[in-house]
Amino acid sequence: MQIIFLLFKKINLPLHSRFTRVIYYSSFNNRKMLRQYETVFIMTPVLSEEQMRETVEKYQNFLRSKNAEIIFEDNWGLRKLAYPIQKKSSGFYHLIEFKADPILIGEWETAFKRDERILRFLTVALDKHSLAYNEKKRNKAKQEKKIEE
Amino acid sequence: MEPNTQGNQSEIRYLTPIAVDTKRKKYCRFKKSGIKFIDYKDPDFLLKFINEQGKILPRRITGTSTKYQRKVAQAVKRARHLALLPFVGDLLK
Repeated sequence: MQIIFLLFKKINLPLHSRFTRVIYYSSFNNRKMLRQYETVFIMTPVLSEEQMRETVEKYQNFLRSKNAEIIFEDNWGLRKLAYPIQKKSSGFYHLIEFKADPILIGEWETAFKRDERILRFLTVALDKHSLAYNEKKRNKAKQEKKIEE
Repeated sequence: MEPNTQGNQSEIRYLTPIAVDTKRKKYCRFKKSGIKFIDYKDPDFLLKFINEQGKILPRRITGTSTKYQRKVAQAVKRARHLALLPFVGDLLK
């Protein structure tokens, strides 16, 4: 709606072209562009079960406080690493899939960088194919659960 | 080889059977089975595209199309970063 209104404005008033462009950009910035991301991070095996849960909670709260929507979470548990990282040969893997504003990602990643409990992390922006793949995988897992019940 | 039953008509025999051109044509498994996304979280699947040392296999061996080879490479590299696959290995398979 806002954009249409601005277009009208552009037609009616012969403003300086550069000026109209400024209005244009700001209208796009007001609109929230959300993208879906997926982060996998590895926590040190030194942590107790309790501490691990706390760490995960910290990141969940980070997303919640920034109005990002957590879509899916998966705890892979303790896994052996293919090669040692910081002299550790295993780690707790955790996956979070969320929908957030791209501006947020910088802050999100620095939080991981500063955290000593995190050995590794990887954030990936999901495209339509990976979204479809994840959706399918989740549905499959759900169905399997149902059958088990 | 079986002895010729037809008699003396053809006397030529080979010590080793002639190499018949039965080269199977390579194909891209992603195109064939309609896989659009290659998951970097699945190291067991990615194992098919790396050699024993953990190097990514070239297209000329796996037969993957250019488009999906790029995606395979991307996925393997991501998996390596997350220590799901080794950067260098020995006797992986």
